[in-house]
Amino acid sequence: MNSETILKIQQIEKYYGNRSSLTKAIDDISFEVNKGEFVAIMGASGSGKTTLLNCISTIDKVTSGHIYVGDAEVTKLRGNALNKFRREQLGFIFQDFNLLDTLTAYENIALALSIQNVSSSLIDSAVKKVSQQLDITEVLDKYPYQMSGGQKQRVASARAIITNPKLILADEPTGALDSRSAKLLLERFSALNREIKATILMVTHDSFTASYAGRVLFIKDGKVFNEIVRGDDSRKEFFDKIIDVVSLLGGDLTDAL
Amino acid sequence: MLFKLSLSNIRKSMKDYAVYFFTLILGVALFYIFNAIDSQTAMLSISSDTREIVKLLCDVLSAVSVFVAFVLGFLVIYASRFLMKRRNKEFALYLLLGMGKRKVSLILFFETLLIGLISLVVGLLCGVGLSQLTSLFVANMFDADMEQYRFVFSGEACSKTILYFAIIYVVVILFNTFVINKCRLIDLLQGSRKSERIKLKNPIVCMIVFAVSAVLLGAAYYRVAYCFYDIDTSYEFLMYIALGCVGTFLFFWSLSGLLFWVIHTVKSVYYKGLNSFVYRQMSSRINTNVLSMTIICLMLFVTICVLTVGIDVRNSMNRNLKELAPADLNIQKAMPGTIVTDANGYSAEEINEAGYSIWDVYLQNGYGLESDLKEYADVKMYETEELTFYDTISGYIDEIEANITFLQGYYPETIMKISDYNKVAEIYGKDTYQLDENQYIIIADYENIIKIRNIGLSRNETINVYGKELSPKYKECKNGFVVMAGNHINTGIIVVPDEIVDESTCTQEFLVANYKADTKEAIEEIETKIDSIAEGKFKILSVNTKTDIKEASVGLGAIFAFIGLYIGLVFLISGAAILALKELSESADNVERYKVLKKLGADESQINSSILKQTFLFFVFPLFLAIVHSVFGIKFSNMLFDFIGTGAVISSILTTGAILLLIYGGYFVITYISCKNMIKE
Repeated sequence: MNSETILKIQQIEKYYGNRSSLTKAIDDISFEVNKGEFVAIMGASGSGKTTLLNCISTIDKVTSGHIYVGDAEVTKLRGNALNKFRREQLGFIFQDFNLLDTLTAYENIALALSIQNVSSSLIDSAVKKVSQQLDITEVLDKYPYQMSGGQKQRVASARAIITNPKLILADEPTGALDSRSAKLLLERFSALNREIKATILMVTHDSFTASYAGRVLFIKDGKVFNEIVRGDDSRKEFFDKIIDVVSLLGGDLTDAL
Repeated sequence: MLFKLSLSNIRKSMKDYAVYFFTLILGVALFYIFNAIDSQTAMLSISSDTREIVKLLCDVLSAVSVFVAFVLGFLVIYASRFLMKRRNKEFALYLLLGMGKRKVSLILFFETLLIGLISLVVGLLCGVGLSQLTSLFVANMFDADMEQYRFVFSGEACSKTILYFAIIYVVVILFNTFVINKCRLIDLLQGSRKSERIKLKNPIVCMIVFAVSAVLLGAAYYRVAYCFYDIDTSYEFLMYIALGCVGTFLFFWSLSGLLFWVIHTVKSVYYKGLNSFVYRQMSSRINTNVLSMTIICLMLFVTICVLTVGIDVRNSMNRNLKELAPADLNIQKAMPGTIVTDANGYSAEEINEAGYSIWDVYLQNGYGLESDLKEYADVKMYETEELTFYDTISGYIDEIEANITFLQGYYPETIMKISDYNKVAEIYGKDTYQLDENQYIIIADYENIIKIRNIGLSRNETINVYGKELSPKYKECKNGFVVMAGNHINTGIIVVPDEIVDESTCTQEFLVANYKADTKEAIEEIETKIDSIAEGKFKILSVNTKTDIKEASVGLGAIFAFIGLYIGLVFLISGAAILALKELSESADNVERYKVLKKLGADESQINSSILKQTFLFFVFPLFLAIVHSVFGIKFSNMLFDFIGTGAVISSILTTGAILLLIYGGYFVITYISCKNMIKE
């Protein structure tokens, strides 16, 4: 395995249902993500992109195939090893934030570290640092219901990156945000990717969101349909290229523009 | 940190699930109160016999407590399971952050522990406070004097409450751990995302099912309430209960479809304000909660019946007492002859003693009974094989055959001379009668038998006894009795002219008397003497005093009332709590829908009235059917307890209504306010 490879997916399949009605949500997908990459996975509703993310994130189990994160094969992890893996290797960002509304922003971010039994002085400096990176220092003492959607998502992102995970998984992170907040969040993602070499895998159906990534994988009917790399293009040029593929793909994806 | 999470979760749920805490506290308090009655009554000055009855009451209550603990246990598990479901996402997040199922269980463990501790402490405080009132209640019930008021704390009841609830909470913890260990992450995450599938029921099918349920319920009602005497096995009775349960289930199953059909036909109502929204909300709620609505309805039904009957039995007992025990003392003595023979297992000495009069039996044992009595009537009762109950009613036996299966018809009727009866009646302060030589009167006070006997009397049916034919003087039984008892159980005494009676058929000597003494202590002294002599001769002598009857009947009434209150209250709380929790959790789901309504321009008052309507209907449907059930259920239990003379149920229905209004209404108000606040935020 290439030492630069963070995520390696080999011929995974995911079937739902029973004998009479079998749905292939993922039908033989393989790809790799290198360290420090920012990859977007695009696809229409029902294309299997969220199932793919769920399998990588250990939320769901594959029917067949292998998924490696670093040296660990996640499909084989059980019990405490699985907990440790989730704790230390992965960071999650959800469409609907999933913040605990009983805790303040600070406490929500700190929770990811305190679960790992990190001492409180270390936690404090880490939270301060990450909240500067994501520009949320002024909301740290607020509760989720006192924050805007964009602030909530940045707090959730802070929680995801504070453990220095090998891989950050984001499921439609801009789905619940207005365009200004979305832009702000995505700029932060790019910055994190550039500055601290965070590896980000993001699922989205939105071409604008995808255009912040360095590489975009298109998924249709459970298969990888196409792949484009940004290279030296500007974000605008990359966006146009994405639009071209999307119109090639046809269907509902164009609705989301 | 885990502990802090638990703490803040509880702080949050305190606000959202006030109902849950309220219920736990109420449950603990009730449990303590009913188990502390023993200590609460310790300070009352009551006789040793009453003390025995109180002890029996406490034993019964502690047995019922086991059952109550089961009901409360199920309620707590149900409620906590319910609250857990609402937190699926939160648990998913813990797991995703790498927490491990054991730690998540630990958080839940802390939470349950804290909730348990808080509810136990607050509940016990409330219980100790309220149980101070039960001593007043018991004192009033047993007519006892409270020598001095004393604050009572029952350590036994307290530790029992703690033990039982500790067990319940441990079961909850085990249950939660089990659920957490079994759950799958993907289900937790997506559980809330699954959009509700709206099952549409075919209105025609609904109509048919509704008709079936109406027929089932009607049949069960009719059989139970109007054909009481035809039900001769408990299996048959259980079958009607099952019929009622199935009918209730089908009623709720078909209700929403039927309502839709009714409301939809009146378009002006359906499309007025938020009515269409309210209706759709209601129908989806009733559709998804058919089983729980059924169970709640049945619980309310049990509550109403048990409360009403319990209170009624107690009231009747106290009311009956003055009427049923008008004299101080009854002594019955068997006579030698047909009854007292060695063939029936009597010893020579007993046969010998049966030959003496009551006075002589006492004199021989060194007590001059007569000197303690102010007034008395010493009379005789007769029985003859010539005249059995079947003989009396033989003229119309075919007409009542169906109603009579539970009666033993072959026992001889009790016969008295008119002069003897009049002596007794004078002491009891009742009407006296005169008879011609060919006439008879029947004295009775057991309603069901009176009905049967009156058929014959109204037709002038004659009886043949001692070789004479007698015809009734009156067209109906005359109310009265000779032997005092706590209830109306005199099935009939045939009073005949003195001259015709054959002395050799005498089976009993009977003494009715009032004491000269009038203080409690003096009466107790006399009765100790009377009882101690009668004790060894129970086959021959039987003593029955006003004091005995009072204690026995008040005791029985108290046991009924307390058990009724206990079970009734627990069922009421359980039913109301389940309803409230369901309503609240669904309101939480509805927050989004109300947001849409607000955006569409519905103002606050419209939204509030929509919440009010929904909550109200949700609470009223099960109650309504339960009330209908109860009308027939109470009718049935009145017949069951007829011998006690229940029947003036208005006051007990009012009391039940007040309790229902207070607790059920209280739950309704709390639910409405919580829902409103939830949606306002």
